[in-house]
Amino acid sequence: MPTRRPRLAVVKFASCDGCQLSLLDCEDELLALADAVQIAFFPEASSTMLRGPYDLALVEGSISTRGDAARLAQLRASARRLVTIGACATSGGIQALRNTRDVAGLASVVYPRPDFLDVLDRSTPIRAHVSVEYELRGCPVSKAALLEVVAAVLADRKPRIPDTAVCAECKQRGIVCVAVAEGQACLGPVTQAGCGAICPAFARGCYGCFGPYASANTAALADHLRAHGRSARDTEHLFATFNAGAPAFAAEAERQRAARTGAPT
Amino acid sequence: MTRSRSIDVPVLARVEGEGALHVRIRDDTVHSVALSIYEPPRFFEGFLRGRSAREAPDITARICGICPVAYQTAACNAVEEVWGLDVGEPVRLMRRLLYCGEWVESHALHVYLLHAPDLLGYPDALTMARDHRDLVERGLRLKKAGNDLMDLVGGRAIHPVNVRVGGFYRFPDPADLAAARPWLAQALEDAVATVRTVATLDLPDLEMPYHFVALQPDRASDYPLEGGRVVLSGDGTAPAEAFGLEEFDERVVEVHVQHSNALHARLRGVGPYLVGPLARWALLGDRLGGAAGSVAAEVGLPRPLRNPFASIVVRAVEVVYALEEALRIVDCWPADPGPAFVDGPARAGVGHGASEAPRGLLVHRYRLDAAGEIRAAGIVPPTSQNQAQIEADLRQVVEQNIGLDDAALQHRCETAVRNYDPCISCATHAVRLTVDRG
Repeated sequence: MPTRRPRLAVVKFASCDGCQLSLLDCEDELLALADAVQIAFFPEASSTMLRGPYDLALVEGSISTRGDAARLAQLRASARRLVTIGACATSGGIQALRNTRDVAGLASVVYPRPDFLDVLDRSTPIRAHVSVEYELRGCPVSKAALLEVVAAVLADRKPRIPDTAVCAECKQRGIVCVAVAEGQACLGPVTQAGCGAICPAFARGCYGCFGPYASANTAALADHLRAHGRSARDTEHLFATFNAGAPAFAAEAERQRAARTGAPT
Repeated sequence: MTRSRSIDVPVLARVEGEGALHVRIRDDTVHSVALSIYEPPRFFEGFLRGRSAREAPDITARICGICPVAYQTAACNAVEEVWGLDVGEPVRLMRRLLYCGEWVESHALHVYLLHAPDLLGYPDALTMARDHRDLVERGLRLKKAGNDLMDLVGGRAIHPVNVRVGGFYRFPDPADLAAARPWLAQALEDAVATVRTVATLDLPDLEMPYHFVALQPDRASDYPLEGGRVVLSGDGTAPAEAFGLEEFDERVVEVHVQHSNALHARLRGVGPYLVGPLARWALLGDRLGGAAGSVAAEVGLPRPLRNPFASIVVRAVEVVYALEEALRIVDCWPADPGPAFVDGPARAGVGHGASEAPRGLLVHRYRLDAAGEIRAAGIVPPTSQNQAQIEADLRQVVEQNIGLDDAALQHRCETAVRNYDPCISCATHAVRLTVDRG
């Protein structure tokens, strides 16, 4: 008897589409993947949209409307395993910058009729709403890591994903340190590995796409940057980008903001 | 008695982002058409305020994972205008090379994975591959060449890291550029074959009175990609009028309609207008020589082309152009290109930057202060410009095909939306399809 192919769903919330595009960007593996799993629900790729249950749901994007929160709860109920893909789903994404701002004010800057919108005050990661089996980092995720996570989670084993900092990848590649040699601001020491240290390879400092590394000492790095002449505002902004809602980066950005505005930390 | 019909597509498939469509038909007359964009708003223009202008390329790239280079390029152009930076020829060429990668990837994705399944009668490319394995493999090979080009120049295909205001962090290694030649040449062969294939597709008929809008590059040999003036057609035959980007805000009105989280753009005194492949082909198609020009002539592609279902052929021709252009740049790349970027002091002022995203014209406007901080930002993406025109197309499609049964009419409507390769993530800074005949 042939084994049943696992049923895969790929679902999007607030995001840029880049992480689910990463799956379609696996040009060499895509046809084999489609043989190994049944793509049951993936609107970006197919008009066939089958109901759950799903063996694995890959979730892109953050939760920023009441409707999306309800849609996520339904998805969780129909998915045996749920994996977040990318910075939006894992930490709230760049749209989490609203979390420290007045949303009504932001909406009025962009839309002539903010009253037409239905949005929550905060953009939050998937984990803030439902349980999650695995969170894959990155803005965007890496294709190799995405395929590894799909294979591992479907086999009920732990994905082999690097747990070091970007600095380690840089050393492995033999790249001259852009922070030490050129004095560039680089988040490599505090950022989760996974991209392959592409920014230092292109002569720029890491800007934190994969979010904070587990034991990141963000304060030490920020103090070092400040001591070398970087303003509190620029240091705050370095931590307040695509993973602005990740706790370690959010805390450091807040500490810098307080230093800049004189507010108590 | 009133006869009414209703078709409901709550999630539109094979588009980038989240949208739906709503059509009401009464007594075989289209009562209303609404392309609904329910993708949640992300407020980019709001949180760009107070950020350094140098951050604009990386931040705005995140508006869209399918066309990040379009955003990075327009952002750089706008900031460079304010600061008076002249990037010089090598940077300009390298920007075009990176952008060619994005065109090839995005167009190949749309032609093979998103649109061809509609025209060949499959739910998706993976199912299509069971009957047309060679075709899908060619599409994936072509798409991969686009991604590989972005990897080479930008560091990665989605949200490239190498772009900065003034140019690049570093130019790619000349040896790596030279090594790209064989696979670019292979991709060019695949691209020409693609034009021949899609030109044989049985396409639905439609003829629309478009007002075309596209960027006209200063250099007479350049097809629109990374900059230029805005040109528009009179009644759609030839460039009738050109204006600088600084006039864009006066010419284009953005309207917020309740059924969409994307703003609708209208050309003052004209109404809906069209940006994207058909517009570029109509207005600047005479600039396509070489293999792109010959294969377009070989398949008898008319210019202007007013059938949006045939946009797939123009996309395929544009992929040929992008690969020829990439090869030209690789072949003429100087041994010593000089610095990879120019820099200069921040200045206060308002700057406009535009570029031709695969799906059409994208305009950024920034007001910067003397410290280089963004005080105000305005972004007009291609899909919000096309939104009103998509609705006009849909109305016509429904009227012409009112005799089709609900399933066939719905499929035709969905295909008509996909003609635009709409990028809903972009437009919201989406599309809900409900055909409600009630």
